[in-house]
Amino acid sequence: MTPRPRAIVWSVARHSLLLAGAAFILLPFVWMISTASKPQTEIFTKSIHFIPHSFALWDNFATAFGKANLWRFLLNGVVVTVSIFVLQVLIALPAAYALAKLRFAGREVLFALVLFCILIPPQATAIPVFLLFHQFGILDSYAALIVPFTISAFGIFLMRQFFKTVPDDLIEAARMDGISEFGIVWRVMLPTAIPALTAFGIFSVVAHWNDYFWPLIVLNSEHLRTPPLGVASFRNEEAGTNYGPLMAAAIVIIAPLVVAFLLAQRRFIEGITLTGIK
Amino acid sequence: MAKIELNGIRKTFDQTAILKGIDLAIEDGEFIALIGPSGCGKSTLLRIIAGLEPQSSGEVRIDGVQVDGIRPSARNLAMVFQSYALYPHLTVFDNIAVPLRMRRHSALARMPLVGRLLPGRARTEHGIREDVERVAAQLELSALLKRKPGQLSGGQRQRVAVGRAIVRQPVGFLFDEPLSNLDAKLRVHMRAELAQLHRQLKATFVYVTHDQAEAMTMSSRIAVMIEGNIVQIGTPAEVYENPRDIRVAEFVGSPKINAMPGVIREDRGLEVLGRQLRLNTTAAAGRCTVCVRPERMELGHGPGAIAGIVTHLEHLGAEAFIHVKVDRIDLPLLARVSPDQQLPEIGSAIHLGFSANAVRIFDAAGKRIDVTAPARSERVREKALG
Ligand SMILES: Nc1ncnc2c1ncn2[C@@H]1O[C@H](COP(=O)(O)OP(=O)(O)OP(=O)(O)O)[C@@H](O)[C@H]1O
Ligand SMILES: [Mg+2]
Repeated sequence: MTPRPRAIVWSVARHSLLLAGAAFILLPFVWMISTASKPQTEIFTKSIHFIPHSFALWDNFATAFGKANLWRFLLNGVVVTVSIFVLQVLIALPAAYALAKLRFAGREVLFALVLFCILIPPQATAIPVFLLFHQFGILDSYAALIVPFTISAFGIFLMRQFFKTVPDDLIEAARMDGISEFGIVWRVMLPTAIPALTAFGIFSVVAHWNDYFWPLIVLNSEHLRTPPLGVASFRNEEAGTNYGPLMAAAIVIIAPLVVAFLLAQRRFIEGITLTGIK
Repeated sequence: MAKIELNGIRKTFDQTAILKGIDLAIEDGEFIALIGPSGCGKSTLLRIIAGLEPQSSGEVRIDGVQVDGIRPSARNLAMVFQSYALYPHLTVFDNIAVPLRMRRHSALARMPLVGRLLPGRARTEHGIREDVERVAAQLELSALLKRKPGQLSGGQRQRVAVGRAIVRQPVGFLFDEPLSNLDAKLRVHMRAELAQLHRQLKATFVYVTHDQAEAMTMSSRIAVMIEGNIVQIGTPAEVYENPRDIRVAEFVGSPKINAMPGVIREDRGLEVLGRQLRLNTTAAAGRCTVCVRPERMELGHGPGAIAGIVTHLEHLGAEAFIHVKVDRIDLPLLARVSPDQQLPEIGSAIHLGFSANAVRIFDAAGKRIDVTAPARSERVREKALG
């Protein structure tokens, strides 16, 4: 059976539109890889060419790793994002369980407050938190990078919505079996909530891996820098901006996220479609 | 093994009274069925016994000990839920093992990783494995122990839920409509299995259902609950034959009992649809309702028989139901007859009668009225009508 001509035209139009959109979004990435592969002399030529005439990717990587301690930045990124996510889960799951399944006075008010907290942008509280940390004397430390994000209103909201869908019978069966309320959170709710937790994990890890604003404010020491901050340090150094190594370093810092996504692609998509958030 | 006593249990949700003072004594080892229409509070009562829901007032005693404020797991009762409520992420083995692990292991031994290093854990775990395997064999689940609940059929899930309940040998079992998610054939099969299980365990069973066939066939006593009250408790035969309240008469028995408007006369005689019944009563004069079970309706002419038109026939193979429209009653009267006799045509006129001992009479408030056959009657089984 051959499709009707109109269907073909429509299909071609649709796909070219999608291709154009994909190209538009991918272009910066392609440009980044292209620039990272060029020697300094080629980067500032007038003509646009994607394929470098002389391939300098390895040189640029070598310069990048030589100039700054990229491994240290990556390690900092892992320490900070993992700590934030683990603490967020430790706090959000019991809170979400209480908001979804326990009956107590003031529950609806508390939930409304959680919703309200989602609306507050982190920049709005940045200065007060900065001053507070100054008082505590914990500026310029891992704690300063991690602590402000340990309570995630969005995480509580997301998990609460998911826990609402868990049948009450399951929780009551667990109570009959002798599992305590905290036990229910970790032994019953957590395993059933893995898809929602994955979705939340993506949001949390991506947001804090890429965060530039907060680390920039609280950090001074070079050895604590997170990946985006570390890469930025290539720019304003005295020798002027060196784009080849800068782009090579950018590839290094986005690589972990891309690799993680490719490895767990199916789970990610499941998790995201499940929560109905894009 | 336990005696469960409920004294004056009341429950209100947001000012709505759901349970209105329940008194019930469940004997040790008894199989009691709790039946009633949807929304009458059966599950709520069961959850109060289990300790999952606090009562607004009244007390629950298990073996004479007041258990209010005692945690569900400490009451030593097991519950089987309508939805089975199996842990979806655990295998059948682990599902059945959960209550044992929670009891026999210390909190530290239950921790992931760390727990494994604890001395003595292996021995306890070995005992748990033996118990789970014994229960699995008893319920024919041995081949399924490695599966997750999602990979089981409804009947198998049901058995896992029962397994999880019996493995820790509780003193009593609470069932909340455990068979209602199964197909008709499997339900009959599981009915027999549960009755067998009760004989074997000799534990107290409280069984909530709105399927009367289940209640009638399995239980030693039935408690009929209507709108938050237990209206009658008795053996299945008693509840069926001698309902104390018209709501019980109408709820128990399928198809529903025939109800006809009647009058208690000043001279203590009784009338139904303007015809005199050969029965007397001591109750005060006034309106009443005369009820007769469909299988006690008899076809045929006779003085005073009720005339009607056949509106519908249901031939079920082993029996047949004749729907007869009668003047002055909205619902058709039902007669249950053996299909080997000649069934009347739809639209034809027929007559219905019933014997005196088939009649159950309720006053205007729905309470049962006792009747006596007049002294002059000598025949044991005299026809009341027709
Ligand atoms: N947590 C609750 N909050 C408010 N009302 C409730 C709650 N639980 C139950 N109810 C109400 O109590 C009444 C009795 O509920 P229950 O579940 O005990 O009925 P049931 O007899 O088990 O019915 P079914 O046969 O349909 O299972 C219902 O009207 C229900 O709406
Ligand atoms: Mg119910």
